[in-house]
Amino acid sequence: MASDSDSDEDFVTYGTPLEPLEEDEPLKKPVPLHEQTVKDEKGRYQRFHGAFTGGFSAGYFNTVGTKEGWAPSTFVSSRQQKVEKKHHARPEDFMDEEDFGEHGIAPREITTSQEFSSSRRDAAGEKARAVHAQAALIPGDTLLEELITPTRSSVGVELLKRMGWREGQGVGPRTKRKARRQQTAGGVYGAVLPPGEGRERERERGERDRRGRGRVTFAPKDVTPVDFNPRLGVQGFGATVVWTRAGRCWASGAEHIDCSGRSRSARSRLFGDAQRGSRRGGVAGQVGTFNGVRVGAMEDDDDEEVYHRDCMSRYDTELGGAEPGDGLYGWTAPQQYNKSKDASYLGKILEGFTLAQKPSQETTIFPPPSLPRDYRPVHRFRPSVEVLSLSGVSPALAEALRVSRGHMVKEEGGPQQGGRHQLDSSQRRALLGEDALQGPSSVLELLKPEDRERLLSLRNSSSSNVPAPKTQPPASHDALRWAGPAAVAAPEALTVWKGVQTSAQTFRPFEKNSSKQARYELYLNRLKQGDKDGLEQSLDPGMTEWERSRERDEFVRASILYRPTASSLSCRFTRAKDPEEDDGSVEVPRDQEGDVDDKQAAVNMKMFGKLTRETFEWYPDKLLCKRFNIPDPYPGYNTHTHTHTHTHTHTQGHTHTHTHTHTHTHTHTHTHTHTHRHTHRHTGTQGHTHTHTHTHTHTHTHTHTLGGHTHTLGHTHTHTHSDTHAHTHTHTCTHTQTHTRTQTHTHGHIHIYTHTHTHTHTHTHTHTHTHTHRHTHTDTHTDTQGHRDTHTHTHTHTHRHTGTQGHRDTHTHTHTHTLGDTHTHSDTHTHTHSDTHTHTHTQTHTYSLTHTHTHTHTHTHTHTHTHIHTYIHTYIHTHTHTHTHTHTHTHTHTHTHTLIQKYH
Amino acid sequence: MAFPEPRPQAPQLPQHLLRTIDCQQGAVRAVRFNADGNYLLSCGSDKSLKLWSVSRGTPLKTYSGHGYEVLDADGSYDNSHLCSCSSDKTVILWDVATGQVTRKLRGHAGKVNCVQFNEEATIILSGSLDGTVRCWDTRSRRFEPIQVLDEARDSVSSLKVAQHELLTGSVDGRVRRYDLRMGQLHVDFISSPITCVCFSQDGQCTLSSSLDSTVRLLDKSTGEMLGEYSGHKMKGYKLDCCLSSKDTHVLSCSEDGHVYFWDLVEGSLSLKLPVGKAVVQSLSFHPTETCLLTAMEGRVQVWGAEPEDTEEDAVAT
Repeated sequence: MASDSDSDEDFVTYGTPLEPLEEDEPLKKPVPLHEQTVKDEKGRYQRFHGAFTGGFSAGYFNTVGTKEGWAPSTFVSSRQQKVEKKHHARPEDFMDEEDFGEHGIAPREITTSQEFSSSRRDAAGEKARAVHAQAALIPGDTLLEELITPTRSSVGVELLKRMGWREGQGVGPRTKRKARRQQTAGGVYGAVLPPGEGRERERERGERDRRGRGRVTFAPKDVTPVDFNPRLGVQGFGATVVWTRAGRCWASGAEHIDCSGRSRSARSRLFGDAQRGSRRGGVAGQVGTFNGVRVGAMEDDDDEEVYHRDCMSRYDTELGGAEPGDGLYGWTAPQQYNKSKDASYLGKILEGFTLAQKPSQETTIFPPPSLPRDYRPVHRFRPSVEVLSLSGVSPALAEALRVSRGHMVKEEGGPQQGGRHQLDSSQRRALLGEDALQGPSSVLELLKPEDRERLLSLRNSSSSNVPAPKTQPPASHDALRWAGPAAVAAPEALTVWKGVQTSAQTFRPFEKNSSKQARYELYLNRLKQGDKDGLEQSLDPGMTEWERSRERDEFVRASILYRPTASSLSCRFTRAKDPEEDDGSVEVPRDQEGDVDDKQAAVNMKMFGKLTRETFEWYPDKLLCKRFNIPDPYPGYNTHTHTHTHTHTHTQGHTHTHTHTHTHTHTHTHTHTHTHRHTHRHTGTQGHTHTHTHTHTHTHTHTHTLGGHTHTLGHTHTHTHSDTHAHTHTHTCTHTQTHTRTQTHTHGHIHIYTHTHTHTHTHTHTHTHTHTHRHTHTDTHTDTQGHRDTHTHTHTHTHRHTGTQGHRDTHTHTHTHTLGDTHTHSDTHTHTHSDTHTHTHTQTHTYSLTHTHTHTHTHTHTHTHTHIHTYIHTYIHTHTHTHTHTHTHTHTHTHTHTLIQKYH
Repeated sequence: MAFPEPRPQAPQLPQHLLRTIDCQQGAVRAVRFNADGNYLLSCGSDKSLKLWSVSRGTPLKTYSGHGYEVLDADGSYDNSHLCSCSSDKTVILWDVATGQVTRKLRGHAGKVNCVQFNEEATIILSGSLDGTVRCWDTRSRRFEPIQVLDEARDSVSSLKVAQHELLTGSVDGRVRRYDLRMGQLHVDFISSPITCVCFSQDGQCTLSSSLDSTVRLLDKSTGEMLGEYSGHKMKGYKLDCCLSSKDTHVLSCSEDGHVYFWDLVEGSLSLKLPVGKAVVQSLSFHPTETCLLTAMEGRVQVWGAEPEDTEEDAVAT
């Protein structure tokens, strides 16, 4: 700015000065266009060209400066220059020098560097905050921090600090000490004037002159910079407010005036006058009206002199208000002043509120249950792994036995902890030390023999094909009633076990219960002998009927599932023998390929042909056929069947119940970021390479601003699905993708006291993604004999995604196929993982801000997780925020890889 | 030829020793003609595979890379590659010219008894002591077999490939013919452990020799026996048998040091060719001409129908 003196030296000259006009000079003719010349900064003439472009010559004959113009970049092998940084072409590389000039399209003029600007961003801090946000209790923690960025002190501020200025002081001439107190204490009006006003300073200066006591000068007061410290930990509104001076942060500018005026008026309308605070004695209402004319009560401008309207808000209705007025403000620490205040509350008191006279009602806060010291929040899966370690038992068998309560799986605590229902009567009797019951074990034994006979014959004729021998009375009774699943499966078990010579019992499913195991082994022995009634005879007649039937089922199931290894593997091995008794002969297993005796006889009779010839179906590999240059004999029945079924089901339910009676703005920012990355790689034995990469990015931004009734729901759903199928065949791919997305939002509000407002937010986002690959490739082969065969190979992939994203910190992976309508599974191999996670996150925020409003924030997360985390944060705002979050993630991955090459 | 032959000549047998090649590679486990019959491969027990010129008897190349004795070998139709199998459970695909190992295929659980290219040398088939036949792809870089044929109950002692068919003989006494075109597997029960199987040149018959000192000619389609040839001794060694190039005679090695020639149709013994005192380990008939290779101990002998000229004979011997 120019100073007050009007000297010419202070002018700054821009541009080329016009030639001084002389009056009698004739008017100059304008220079014609073709004579106008332009030089560049190096003094070279430049040529105008282009009526529309209006620019100068663009280089060498309107090319880019070279004769070749835009030469396409040639391929340069990067093999030898791996280490060198690759040159990325920037736009600046193609710009002329003029473009960087003052009038160019990319001017490179001197700008304020970040060091000198007040809004310097530090990348490291942002990164740290992002990392911190991952572990934050509230998921959207960083959003609040990003909204309120801390100010950086610029160079100017630092210069001022070097010159002795301290934060909190005003900039300007130093003032005397007593001036302020005098004015505050003795002021008739008692207005708390906003600091930093020139008018006030003038007045202070006048006071100082009048008193003549101002030997010690002080820095003028200044607006306290708003110190936005990021909140750490779990806090409510204003819990550890570090406002340096109460109230100052709200009185620091027109922006706030606008905010307070509007939002306050809105809130006044909303909540009525009951909420109106009394700190300024009802003056606050007039502030709103005053602000209606856009003149802030605390606005710092000189127009106030012109529009001098008295405002009640300037009047302090209480003694000993915000400031002590001793003029030490800005010199001493703000805590000095805060100490003198009500010790119960250090934060800023909202306008319209006063500190309560009586303390708020003490709410009982129950501490969360203390976890055991050795508690580890680790989910323990169903003991499939342990089962697998047991003597090579198949998982299906282990599962079946576990379900049937066989005691194969070792559980902690033994059978005693399994409950009394897991024990049979004899075990319970043994535990209790009772004697065995005397008398008949069955009602039928009480009958007369002829009646029993009659009953038996009756049932025999009516029911099953299972013969009931009369020699075993208790067993025969059971056999009659035996119509459960074991009855169906028992013949199968018999055929499986019949004739098996192996005596070694490698698998003992009922090892826990030795008597049961003994019964089971008895049953197996009878099975091996081909005894059809072995099951009944091996059961304990002293057991109850229910126990017997249960054991029957268990035995039959176990015997079927653990069948003797009649596979081809075991046929290739013979049992080892002790060297002493080795007589040189090897026990050769029975041939499975038909009756050897007949064939041997045929061979001996030299009757080769039908008797010695066997023909089977054989499935050559497709690639093998291709290599042999012949068509696949079973084109529809490919040797490789790949069935990939991915079913992801996400179900999410939100129930937000907000019950709030408070008047200030509540901002609830809820961000969901769910990134699902699924990479499935399958490499078949034919050179197929299937790479499935699913990248799901669900971003759910959910912003509630309840005071201002702002609901923001943002969904970003990114689904990246990349499939790489490397086939050695040419094929035609048909990809069908179906996206079905259903969103249901229900909003309601509950306000309990003044307004009852139910806010029920049910958010169901169902995303169904069905991905079907149908690879149909047709191979036409012409073989050497002139045969021409065409076969079509259909490759179908079905990917179905039904789901919704989850909360970031809450994951529920339920690997189950409980959702019958969405899951697809095939018959052959189904790997099922069941995992239920329950994650309960309860937050109750209790915070006593003022006595007039209570804000209860109950944050309940309910998740199905086996990790049970229970967080109870209690700080009461009368804001009940019930957030029920149910997230079910069903992932059913069925991968069927059937390799058929066996003949039947 | 302007005039037809007045009457067909009696089929000649390779009964004249043309030359003897001392292979210098220990016992020769197998000897094989290449596809056109100009070269021979000798599989040595000193882990080496050697390529020889049949006509001159000179060594051309030695292929070393196996970890144990080489048991069988085969040459591709274009003479560009060789495959060999060994007791070290591997199958090696060789480059003929450079002698380098193109691919070393591991996967068998036991020693590999026999190996064959298919017609276009796109597949190597190997039969092993582990009872499997593995189909290796020579076109791709994969080291896993395309398919494993594990139908055999015992060691696969011999296999042959003809067009779309694969013939395997196993110690379990069965001859299995895999028909790729039909997708069928035909199993012929022979009862005695099979030592060698062959297709006839016309592709209608299969020849199988077994340890009951019998060579049987079976009809391929029905499995009926067309001929049975015996007289030789084949009790414990895995010896070869073959058919002559024109399907006129059946040949078999014998443990008594002879090669037996039977007339195919009549089944009568035509010739009992004395090779030496030891066991005739292997033999190979020329694909087109009347020429026979026999292997005994460390020597390979070349037999022809007519004695060669004296000076060549002198050179060879």
